[in-house]
Amino acid sequence: MMSPSSVKSKRTVKINPEAVASKEPESEGKVVYDTKELNLWYTDTHALKDVNLSFREKEVTAIIGPSGCGKSTYIKTLNRMVELVPGVRTTGEITYKGKNILERSFKVEDLRTKVGMVFQKPNPFPKSIYENIVYGPKIHGIRNKKVLDEIVERSLRGAYIWDEVKDRLNENAYGLSGGQQQRLCIARCLAIEPEVILMDEPTSALDPKSTLRIEELVQELKKEYSIIIVTHNMQQAARISDKTAFFLNGEVIEFDETNTIFTNPADSRTEDYISGRFG
Amino acid sequence: MNQVNTKKMEKRMHARIQKNNLLKIVFLLATLFGLAVLAILLVRVITQGAAWLDWDFITGRLSTSADRAGIMGAILGTVWLMIVVIPVTLIIGVGSAIYLELYAKKGRIQSFIQTNISNLAGVPSIVYGLLGLTIFSRAMGLGNAVLAGGLTLSLLVLPILIVSSQEAIRAVPKYLAEASYGMGATKWQTIKNVILPASIPSILTGAILSLSRAIGETAPLTVLGIPAFLLPFPEGVFDTFTALPMQIYYWTLDSSLVKEYAYLAAATIIVLLVLLFILNSVAIFIRNKFQQRY
Repeated sequence: MMSPSSVKSKRTVKINPEAVASKEPESEGKVVYDTKELNLWYTDTHALKDVNLSFREKEVTAIIGPSGCGKSTYIKTLNRMVELVPGVRTTGEITYKGKNILERSFKVEDLRTKVGMVFQKPNPFPKSIYENIVYGPKIHGIRNKKVLDEIVERSLRGAYIWDEVKDRLNENAYGLSGGQQQRLCIARCLAIEPEVILMDEPTSALDPKSTLRIEELVQELKKEYSIIIVTHNMQQAARISDKTAFFLNGEVIEFDETNTIFTNPADSRTEDYISGRFG
Repeated sequence: MNQVNTKKMEKRMHARIQKNNLLKIVFLLATLFGLAVLAILLVRVITQGAAWLDWDFITGRLSTSADRAGIMGAILGTVWLMIVVIPVTLIIGVGSAIYLELYAKKGRIQSFIQTNISNLAGVPSIVYGLLGLTIFSRAMGLGNAVLAGGLTLSLLVLPILIVSSQEAIRAVPKYLAEASYGMGATKWQTIKNVILPASIPSILTGAILSLSRAIGETAPLTVLGIPAFLLPFPEGVFDTFTALPMQIYYWTLDSSLVKEYAYLAAATIIVLLVLLFILNSVAIFIRNKFQQRY
């Protein structure tokens, strides 16, 4: 059992630069997402203020910040899920591969096919494991049983859950543990072969062991996908991301290499936050 | 510091437990009251009607002579009514609920419509009868055909079904719809694959309630001028008809003239209850089938 003081000291200790996976910018990938002067209001609340960020291919970007800082709102703007909330207004632009996705004429269905999302709470459908995975392919018109079977195996292998569920594909997904459900949701997301995966605090509802597995999975997925992950857990951001953006009160305070953010932040507020002085 | 007086608390303990026990009895009596009335009704109906209930009564044609009277015409009339009411209410009712919950922009117009639907659920059924008479019987020229009666009854129960379907749709967890939208599904795909399957059990509960109401309604049908005495059987939605509750109503009215009519009414009530029971069983069967899958 850890004593409360040791928990606290662990939280306030500066993250060891050695522990932060060193990621010298090899050759930087192409920009997939580019956000320029994004402002967002929920009716009267100004939730995002002049956000400028860009994300590159096959990188993991972590978005950190205290509760209510706009990080979840921002990631939901990237696939326009934020529009499900009534009374949302935006200005500015977010380009995905050069096209402004905030334009009314932009097809959200198309965007969400290329940009998958994993949610805070595992949200499998109350259907079988198999049906969960083929949901995406089916809505995009794939009906061939053989192709669907292959997709199921590839996706479940991709999310490292195949061995655990291969013998019970027809059982209800609700019978899985929380961590397995979240990996199933990641597999479901992989089924339609997205280019980017958005993760909104994917481990906040999970135990430490399942969290670790998801983190390992992110490292694997990074080889093929660009990943943007919102997290409450700074150690997690340090462990798994290449770049980190720090949000505070709807503004991006700092955006840099994760290494730099955690060892040598430019802004004192970033330092205060990552060293546990608030948040 | 002595804010908590243990002695006093112990004294009060007895009274509190007494109150608890007393209220338990009050609630039990409230439940029993309803059950007792229902039991009396059933016993009375069965003792009066059972003797008159035989195959000839069920399959026979209407007659002024109590011995020879049969209610096949009324049974067929009720069945035809349901053939109109079930699809019309389900399609329009669930459709409106989907629109109001999932498509309509939340705002003043939406809440105005919402309030009106809730109010409509409380309008007396005879008013719907007048509405049906004006629109379906007169303006559309359907007279007192099955279609006029069925559409009128549909109007009557629509508000109930819309409100209960809306509640059913609202109860589907948001995160399920989000998962679907997140994969690029359109709104309709999300409704069809996620929202409706998850809400169908509750929608069917509302449907059972509203159809049970429709099957037993008399007032709107009397306004439409549904005949009390009709020999030919209805063979389609444009035929004139009579229905079981109408038959019960008229026989009860005339029981002061011919005593046996009261027994015929009782026998007809049994038939109506059995029909209602069958209809509900089907709906419950469908509901359970969906609940197992979800």
